[in-house]
Amino acid sequence: MARAVTPRRKALTTLAAWAVGLLIFFPILWTILTSFKTEAQAISDPPVFLFFDWTLENYSVVQERSDYLRFLWNSVILAGGSTILGIIVAVPAAWAMAFVPSHRTKDILLWMLSTKMLPAVGVLYPMYLIFIQMGLLDTRIGLTLVLMLVNLPIIVWMLYTYFREIPGEILDAARMDGATLRDEIVHVLTPMAIPGIASTILLNVILAWNEAFWTLNLTAAKAAPLTAFIASYSSPEGLFYAKLSAASTMAIAPILILGWFSQKQLVRGLTFGAVK
Amino acid sequence: MGRITLDKVTKSFGEAEVIPPLDLTIEDGEFAVFVGPSGCGKSTLLRLIAGLEDVSSGQIRIDGQDATETPPAKRGLAMVFQSYALYPHMSVRKNIAFPLRMAKLDQAEIDRRVTGAADVLNLTDYLDRRPGQLSGGQRQRVAIGRAIVREPAAFLFDEPLSNLDAALRVGMRLEISELHKRLQTTMIYVTHDQVEAMTMADKIVVLRAGHIEQVGSPLELYRTPRNLFVAGFIGSPRMNFIEGETAARHDAHTIGVRPEHIAVSQTEGEWSGVVGVSEHLGSDTFFHIHDTGLAETITVRADGEVGFRHGDRIRLSPRTDAIHRFDKQGLRIG
Repeated sequence: MARAVTPRRKALTTLAAWAVGLLIFFPILWTILTSFKTEAQAISDPPVFLFFDWTLENYSVVQERSDYLRFLWNSVILAGGSTILGIIVAVPAAWAMAFVPSHRTKDILLWMLSTKMLPAVGVLYPMYLIFIQMGLLDTRIGLTLVLMLVNLPIIVWMLYTYFREIPGEILDAARMDGATLRDEIVHVLTPMAIPGIASTILLNVILAWNEAFWTLNLTAAKAAPLTAFIASYSSPEGLFYAKLSAASTMAIAPILILGWFSQKQLVRGLTFGAVK
Repeated sequence: MGRITLDKVTKSFGEAEVIPPLDLTIEDGEFAVFVGPSGCGKSTLLRLIAGLEDVSSGQIRIDGQDATETPPAKRGLAMVFQSYALYPHMSVRKNIAFPLRMAKLDQAEIDRRVTGAADVLNLTDYLDRRPGQLSGGQRQRVAIGRAIVREPAAFLFDEPLSNLDAALRVGMRLEISELHKRLQTTMIYVTHDQVEAMTMADKIVVLRAGHIEQVGSPLELYRTPRNLFVAGFIGSPRMNFIEGETAARHDAHTIGVRPEHIAVSQTEGEWSGVVGVSEHLGSDTFFHIHDTGLAETITVRADGEVGFRHGDRIRLSPRTDAIHRFDKQGLRIG
């Protein structure tokens, strides 16, 4: 029997959901609003919510002082590059774990996930030295590699859960039909897992885009993405709140828009396999 | 050509030996059916022949060539799976063409063969559909189409009809038999359904716990089952088994009589019993007889409609030339 839902109960639930949603979104909304204020209004006490002199001045100043497009381009390369690399590495790995598991497969998966629990700063020093040694500091290639490695456990995990949903008989059929391992992955497995791979890509782009620890620590000028662009406006002195907000808004806008249009895919991807 | 020989083949999964050493030859052009209860190893045996599982020891030869280490695709065998295992993201045309594309045939040849297969299997109108838009029977035909375009040395069927409803199953059974008559290619067919085995096979291989219990033509198995297991497994309804004094009178530990070999009468007959459940099929009637003093239930078959009612005491006479005798170990005598 379905649970009875009274109109009152429904209204309350809706209200609660909106309250939580707004609470989560509020900092972002506040950042966006602040980006249209003057520096004085940005720190006024009591704070002004909507009734202030709307201005685009912060945006023009930010654009003048730093080259937004260059940071944006770096972000696109790092997020896109690390995701593509990650998928190329993770598809065969997830294939192996899903279709030819050994009795250690579960352990390996858990071990991979456990690396995500290590504080990144714990390996900053060795990583920094390696980067200097290999001449990778402040290069896009170096950072792409790091972001790929950082997110690899999540990509493998997600693909693994998707692949497990694909019946083994179909892969057997492909083998009988003369498919090599490569054919099997390229012509059968990957096309069947497209929805799963799409949400994995999406989530990974977002994670890589937002990654701030390694991007801030391993770049200076040449390979710096939007996270560094924002950070350059957090100054201990002077009035920079409005400009910082403008920079942040510009940095999160692309990913916000991407997320908005792909929210269905994302939710499906994140809950896949959890509900049967 | 497709002569398949298994020479002392075994298969173990870890500690568990699923197939003890097993020898079997399937002649070129033969329709062989592996039959047995679930878990008897028949599907494993098929997958060993296909190359989808590696044998633990022994040798598999196809047309005299050692194929034990040959990968599945290179064995020249085609397989039809229980779940059809069609590629859901490809059209029917692409599904059927897939093995040819993998074999790197040129496009004209691929088109020719796909059209030919579609024609044989009545799939021409569905070539541009996806498997998801087809009925169960059509999907099964696509799976068969994908197998025949390769012109394999042998076809392997893994319970291909068990996902179909009863009416469709009978139809597909005939289609597969007809396909075999036309192509004259070796077919190995796995099923747990003895009716499928009896109706389709040239040669039936009865398996239990990885062991071959008996190999023979359907009628050989029906007429001279080698042991109690085969006697009980082949034939429907099941053979009646009678032990004790009655069996001893025939110099046997157990005797078996098939339901169709027992005549019923109101007045005359060697045995007597009380009618329990009657199953009226129109063409035949099956009576389940109790209180015979022979076994818990004796099943008999009568032609057409016979008007005995529940509770009637009737007489039964077994056909003396159709009594099967078995010794204490369950092996056939004579």
